[in-house]
Amino acid sequence: MSDSTAVKPVSQDQNKGASALLGMLWRDKFAFVSAIVLLIIMAFAIFGPALLGDLATSQNLRGRNSPPFDLSRGWIFVLGGDSLGRPILARLIVAAQSTMAVAAGAVATALVIGAFFGLIAGYMGKTASQIIMRLADVIMSFPSLLLAVVVLYVLGPSIPNMILVLAITRIPIYLRTTRAEVLEVRERMFVQAAVVMGASHRRIVLRHILPVIAPTLITIATLDFAFVMLAESSLSFLGIGIQPPSITWGLMVSQGRPYLNTAWWLAFWPGLMIVITALSLNLLSNWMRVALDPAQRWRLESRKSTDA
Amino acid sequence: MIKLVGQRAIASLLSLSVLMVMVFFLSRLTGDPAALFLPIDATEQMKEQFRALHGLDRPILEQFGLYIRDVLHLDFGESLRRARPAIDIVLEAYAWTLPLALITMALVIVAAIFLGSIAAFNVGGVIDRGISVVSLIGASAPDFWIAIVAIVVFAINLAWLPTSGVGTPWHWIMPVGILFIRPFGLIVQVVRGSMLSALSAPYVKTARAKGVKNGPLIFVHTLRNAMLPVITVIGDQAAALLNGAVIVETIFGFPGVGKLMIDSILQRDFNVVMAAILVTAIAIFIMNILIDIAYSILDPRIRQ
Amino acid sequence: MPEALLTVKNLSVDFHTARGTVHAVRNVSWSVNRGETLAILGESGSGKSVSASAVMNLLDTPPAEIVSGEIFHEGKELLKISYEEHRALNGKKIAMIFQDPLGHLNPVYTVGWQIVEMMTAHGRPIEMARARALELVTRVGIPEPEKALKKYPHQFSGGQRQRLMIAMALMLKPDILIADEPTTALDVTVQAEVLALLKELQQETGMALVLITHDLGVVAEIADRVVVMSEGEIVEEGTAREVYHKPRHAYTRKLIGAAPGKGDIRQPGPEASVLLEVSGLEKTYGNFTALKDAAFTLARGQSLAVVGESGSGKSTLARTILRLEQADKGTALWKGRDLITMPQRDLLAIRQQIQMVFQDPTQSLNPRMSVYQLISEGWEIHGLMPDRKARRARVEELLEQVELLPSHCDRYPHQFSGGQRQRIAIARALALEPELIICDEAVSALDVSVQAQVMALLDDLRAKLGISYLFIAHDLGVVRDFADTVLVMKEGEIVEQGSTEAIFSAPQHPYTQRLLAANLDPDPDIQAQRARSGRAAP
Repeated sequence: MSDSTAVKPVSQDQNKGASALLGMLWRDKFAFVSAIVLLIIMAFAIFGPALLGDLATSQNLRGRNSPPFDLSRGWIFVLGGDSLGRPILARLIVAAQSTMAVAAGAVATALVIGAFFGLIAGYMGKTASQIIMRLADVIMSFPSLLLAVVVLYVLGPSIPNMILVLAITRIPIYLRTTRAEVLEVRERMFVQAAVVMGASHRRIVLRHILPVIAPTLITIATLDFAFVMLAESSLSFLGIGIQPPSITWGLMVSQGRPYLNTAWWLAFWPGLMIVITALSLNLLSNWMRVALDPAQRWRLESRKSTDA
Repeated sequence: MIKLVGQRAIASLLSLSVLMVMVFFLSRLTGDPAALFLPIDATEQMKEQFRALHGLDRPILEQFGLYIRDVLHLDFGESLRRARPAIDIVLEAYAWTLPLALITMALVIVAAIFLGSIAAFNVGGVIDRGISVVSLIGASAPDFWIAIVAIVVFAINLAWLPTSGVGTPWHWIMPVGILFIRPFGLIVQVVRGSMLSALSAPYVKTARAKGVKNGPLIFVHTLRNAMLPVITVIGDQAAALLNGAVIVETIFGFPGVGKLMIDSILQRDFNVVMAAILVTAIAIFIMNILIDIAYSILDPRIRQ
Repeated sequence: MPEALLTVKNLSVDFHTARGTVHAVRNVSWSVNRGETLAILGESGSGKSVSASAVMNLLDTPPAEIVSGEIFHEGKELLKISYEEHRALNGKKIAMIFQDPLGHLNPVYTVGWQIVEMMTAHGRPIEMARARALELVTRVGIPEPEKALKKYPHQFSGGQRQRLMIAMALMLKPDILIADEPTTALDVTVQAEVLALLKELQQETGMALVLITHDLGVVAEIADRVVVMSEGEIVEEGTAREVYHKPRHAYTRKLIGAAPGKGDIRQPGPEASVLLEVSGLEKTYGNFTALKDAAFTLARGQSLAVVGESGSGKSTLARTILRLEQADKGTALWKGRDLITMPQRDLLAIRQQIQMVFQDPTQSLNPRMSVYQLISEGWEIHGLMPDRKARRARVEELLEQVELLPSHCDRYPHQFSGGQRQRIAIARALALEPELIICDEAVSALDVSVQAQVMALLDDLRAKLGISYLFIAHDLGVVRDFADTVLVMKEGEIVEQGSTEAIFSAPQHPYTQRLLAANLDPDPDIQAQRARSGRAAP
């Protein structure tokens, strides 16, 4: 009987869906800038290799380790050249594709598999739940380095295999979150109401439980995208991830490491790209946590009435 | 409590056994150690000899049976590379990793709780925003990159700190500093959120209605309640550190269990890998028990 | 006229929210004297707690803003003094207790520590505080007071926790005690005890009591004077008797008119065929017996009320009949077929005939489904009305039937008020044309005036459609107005059952008698009379 509950005017602009969401995004400047940055990086990933693929691989021994901010060799060398005289800017843009492909692939795979088993573990009885959770424990404690080496040697170094390695290590995160949420949501009254109406298990899971937990999963996936990107770059850095001539930002940092004393920019720029992308994802995920929660959403909604 | 520890021990033992089995078979898929340890021009006969010496010529199931038999006698085999008991090598490495993890975690906990609380009290203010931005950047930066940049700045350009090794306390500054960043960024956020929700809890209203001063209101009434979710995250982060900080240890030449792990994997030194996983699992198990104890000290509702 | 102990004058408070500015209270003035009990009566959203929060300096600014007004206490203007001065006053001169004592006590400290802190926070020595705590905890009737002080809040019952809160509030002998809905979360018999305790303590100490409540019965029981609030304004004030018997404002009249328990008791209708026959139903959780040997019959078109306090097993009864939980023993024959042992496949068809309306419509309606989806879901499940147009038309018809608008079809639950949401839940139940609706505390989360409307709607549906009800409630007034027969439950057992008339006029079981005696009447005269006869009787 709290006094604040009744003060709830029926707002008209509720269900304009996408446009309302965009409006809310505009109001949070950090999140808005993050979204723009991520769109640009996405554009790099999609169009980069087609447009700059040749430039990024053309060696030029005279331009070896050429310093950044020197425009005498053309704008493409604005961030300098690498140890084989290739323009770093072009390589960064081209590398966006495999970096993003690995992270997106791993997150999507882990999300789907983790959510599926999480739903089963949360909704079914105790035995199924116990078995699934113990398996998740095992996967969680399996050293990802060893897994990467195993896959590298047995299946060979390729982007799909890299996705496989990273997806396996991330499944437990989605599995646990989904299960915890399901355990909570299935006790809610509207699920009971559906049971009373005679709804099947399938219907309860797909229509009543999944839509309620989906925003949480999407928020975590955004955050996890950043984490997977960092994990991929760590593995590439250690030499057990992506192998040349494929190229990711993490691999570029690793390749620049021997030249630290003479040409810091080789390792610096790709690392900065990772930071910028991960930071944008973090900021966007923070915003989504609020925007996708109906109980908190009002914080971001129009303040028109206050201004008037 | 004892019952709880027992249950946990059984569950952990079960998971650990499955894990060890998987590691045993999967690691043997990564190639033949003989090819790595012997010179490139080694004859097939030499290789045969090497395999026979280490029991690698037997069927894999038999190898597994022998390994289990030895493990049950607390014999974890010898390192292929260094011809010493694998467990000794792992424990030596752990003697480096453990203080690194403890020092880092202690600093993280103190700094994150302090700054996270301050951010929550000044919610929306300049300090809050500053702390949020710093922590987010911390959580977003790859540690190998920060390590490289730190080496360029502090070791090469300024020449303040040594680049690698473990000789003096100075050697510890960069590894600890870099390991500090990510857990700090994460835990600050959790402390802030948890503190915010605790500050709006009804019992804080009661305390205000009682006329409790701001100091005790924040540090006595609120902080203890806010610590409960924080402890879980501290546990996760500490577990990650106990697994060994592969990247940081590799870059700074720190002889911890993370570096040992990656070296042993790359060298197919299977016995060391298995022993390292076992020791790590025990360390994490002990830490989880400590976390449970911390919970029950902080929250009387858990004690029953 | 001597100056009152505490005076609130022309107070206006705004809340600045993302959705705009809300005038929480406007021009509110009231005062309270030593030894007097003032009730602030209002429904949710009336702003009844806001002025008390301002007195205690508990309003968070922002979002709140005190636009105008003054609060006087012993010559000081409380809105002008410093934070530190106000802090020194809180607890010492003015103390406060709240609705939900579990949430308002710190879960991680012992109650003893928290009670003692009331004095140590104001600089008193700890030995003195301990002695006083022990004295007061004994006074408020906590068994084994020494041990109790070492326990944690979760180890007490709701009523005991409120007693401990009262003990804490009285530590420094305050002049004024503000009680914000102190008994709302408690069972009726416990409520009666806590109110009696407050009354006694007020007489002993001569303090002023400001009681914030939504319950006319509480006002009648304890208040000398009452101010009635609606939409942020005081619409009426006077002595409790004046206001009840001669309400001047339309809102007060509506509120009094909506109070249940005053109409004629329903007379049982003609004999009808048996719809549901329950016998020997049992359910245990570990060592706890939630339901023990329950037996009753429900006839077609009948309303059967199940009353009892929290933990009495009334919800378990409904849940086992509906197979939301599996009973350990017993049968529930639905038109002769046993629901408890029926295979899932057959049960599915019968689910259409028995529907349920839950206590809190905010939780029982899926927040991500539109009103149309919510109401039509039953047809989808049971494969009824495949024609979309017909469905739409029928949903609109149902919405009209529960006095909502057809245009509400495409809205979502959060866009409605509590009462409207419960109507949607009722429309959803009606969509499957059930023969029995089980109402689990279906109106207890609603304001009195809304509650009356929903009850009238249910009654109307019974008359028009011949629906039977299994009506679970703790509010005896509502039961008296609505039910044909009543079951009284206590600790998992049905202790008494009979016609509503018999239960209310001649209760047999001592527990039923106690329950009826504890039930507060909104008429101050009747309460006073009961108190006199009650005091004379033992």
